[in-house]
Amino acid sequence: MARYRTGLNYAYLSEDAKRVVRRALLKAVAIPGFQVPFSGREMPMPYGWGTGGVQVTASLIGPGDVLKVIDQGADDTTNAVSIRDFLAKTAFCRVTEETGEATIIQTRHRIPETPLKEGQIMVYQVPIPDPLRFLEPKLEENRALHALREYGILYVKLYEDVTRHGEIAQSYDYPAMVNRRYAMSPSPIPRFDNPKLRLSPALHLFGAGREKRVYAVPPHCEVESLAFSDYPFRAGESGHRCELCGDGESFLDEMVVDDAGGRVFVCSDSAHCRRRRESLQGAELPRAEKEEK
Amino acid sequence: MYVAVKGGEKAIKSAHALLSEARRGPLDIPEISQGQIRHQLGLAVERVMAEGSLYAPKLAALAVKQARGDLVEAIFLLRATRGTFPTWGYSEPLDSSAARAKRRISGTWKDLPGGQILGATFDYSHRLLDFELGDVARHSRPLGEAEEARGEGPRVPGEREPGQAREREPGETGAQEPGETGPSLEALPRAARILLGEGLLETESDDGETPGDLTRRTYPFPYSRELRLQSLARADEGFLLSLAYSTQRGFGSTHPFVAELRIGTVKVEFWAPELGFPVTVAEMEITECETVNQFRGNGGRPRFTRGYGLVMGDNERKALALAMVERALRAPEYEEGVKGPAQDEEFVLSHGDNVEAYGFVSHVKLPHYVDFQAELSLLRSLRENPGGTGDGFGEEGDGDGAL
Repeated sequence: MARYRTGLNYAYLSEDAKRVVRRALLKAVAIPGFQVPFSGREMPMPYGWGTGGVQVTASLIGPGDVLKVIDQGADDTTNAVSIRDFLAKTAFCRVTEETGEATIIQTRHRIPETPLKEGQIMVYQVPIPDPLRFLEPKLEENRALHALREYGILYVKLYEDVTRHGEIAQSYDYPAMVNRRYAMSPSPIPRFDNPKLRLSPALHLFGAGREKRVYAVPPHCEVESLAFSDYPFRAGESGHRCELCGDGESFLDEMVVDDAGGRVFVCSDSAHCRRRRESLQGAELPRAEKEEK
Repeated sequence: MYVAVKGGEKAIKSAHALLSEARRGPLDIPEISQGQIRHQLGLAVERVMAEGSLYAPKLAALAVKQARGDLVEAIFLLRATRGTFPTWGYSEPLDSSAARAKRRISGTWKDLPGGQILGATFDYSHRLLDFELGDVARHSRPLGEAEEARGEGPRVPGEREPGQAREREPGETGAQEPGETGPSLEALPRAARILLGEGLLETESDDGETPGDLTRRTYPFPYSRELRLQSLARADEGFLLSLAYSTQRGFGSTHPFVAELRIGTVKVEFWAPELGFPVTVAEMEITECETVNQFRGNGGRPRFTRGYGLVMGDNERKALALAMVERALRAPEYEEGVKGPAQDEEFVLSHGDNVEAYGFVSHVKLPHYVDFQAELSLLRSLRENPGGTGDGFGEEGDGDGAL
């Protein structure tokens, strides 16, 4: 692959900047769920658009890696295209859309449907690393709460949901306890994806660029979504099937298809959907449930 | 049939091509040069360098051009460039009293050692559009007028004053274009020293600690004063201006007087271990502001307190606002109580960086199909199975914000 621009270091970041990130990541892996501060650099893409994830990926990637980048589950969303392009051009690595083939998967808002394997690294783009932030905005205060394992306010929030709505009204970025010690934001993945983190054989790394924090879920680590014994965690399902591949188990995006409000559902994970369609070729698709117009 | 809303590579490429065209504008209008931007839109360049945390006038001018005049975008470009540079080390502390000042004013003394130097300022000008500057009725100023105003004879353009550093061919980065700042002056002692002698002003001392570096490390709150000043020096000018203004309107009042505001060129020295002494590696322009504020009883005898602002480049409005906000943030130190947003350190320092703010605010333009879908499903299920009290509390933000 052609050089992106002369004068840039391999994978964009200078070697000392990468070392800083890697040191923070080692600590993060050693203390699952704990947010480790690191000295983030400005990246050539805006904060909030994946700078944390890109810094993590750039500090880990080598020419032998195979990179997959998704946003909203799909490989072809504009920001995923842009980040994949950037990393491919600065790190000269192979890219793929195939989940099973990737060594590093950078993601925004989803965990792929295809089960992850040992040796794979998931890199999450994280906007707000602290699950306590919207309950208590002060970093200083939150640091103390984490240190004391004082997560009462998180449970109060869930309890208030139950009293107001009859259920826990947190559909994404659903907090989880990691290794029974730290409450963690899984990043804004739908709660549908939370169970995929539990005892996952892959390494999960979370990078928050603007907030300058990294944290990790090491392989085979306990990750338990917060809930009550009488109101257990529910991942939820769509109750529909994918219009394209017929999958009723995957996370589905809703598409408005006409001016009359007609809707269909399709897999959010585009690679998963494509593979299913290829393997189902010739066979009859499970019928998609039609929405009333 | 489904409508493809997920964009791809082609769309991005086309958007970039359009952007490039939009930047260039109509081809019958000559393209603007970096030099024109640097010298004729100088204050834009200065702001970009200050908030971009990189003193590199040519790169900043390029950033302004590339950003189509969007200064926050230009600041972002410069920061991203800066982010690729390795850290070699830190300069010796700047000596601003040795600055060649092109402007130096005091609001507290009519006259003071070294005198007042008005310099090139918008102050006292009537803000009337000058149509003489316009394209139609363009005619140049009488030659040498500016030089006369500075009390010098006309100079041949390009001729250097004695003692001025030779203009180096810019190796892209580092301080460039030294000696543009007009007359070389004797060292100007700090105005605040006048009060120090009488013990009317709190004293400041060097604690001997090596200052931190926000661009290379992350620090927990509360910040030390030098980190706070660093953070504010990079902060958005508009944000600081409004915060400073809010203190004047009663949200954490500090009653500032401008003891001194100066703009000048300083030497940047680097201590080279191989040589064993500091060498001047660059010259740069700085704006420094010191305020004297309402007094505090310090063990009985009251003294004026101080605010301080230092900004790279010619950035008077920001240096002044910075000094006021800096003083406001010292509220806990003086046990003044935090009554206004400008006194709340975490609030001010966490939200002043416009590159961070710009990025995060604009990221909501990115697709959020998945989270939105999750919310949609949840909302439907809540509507179908109203199991809660349904007291309507949920109508307000649930505190989990759409990210």
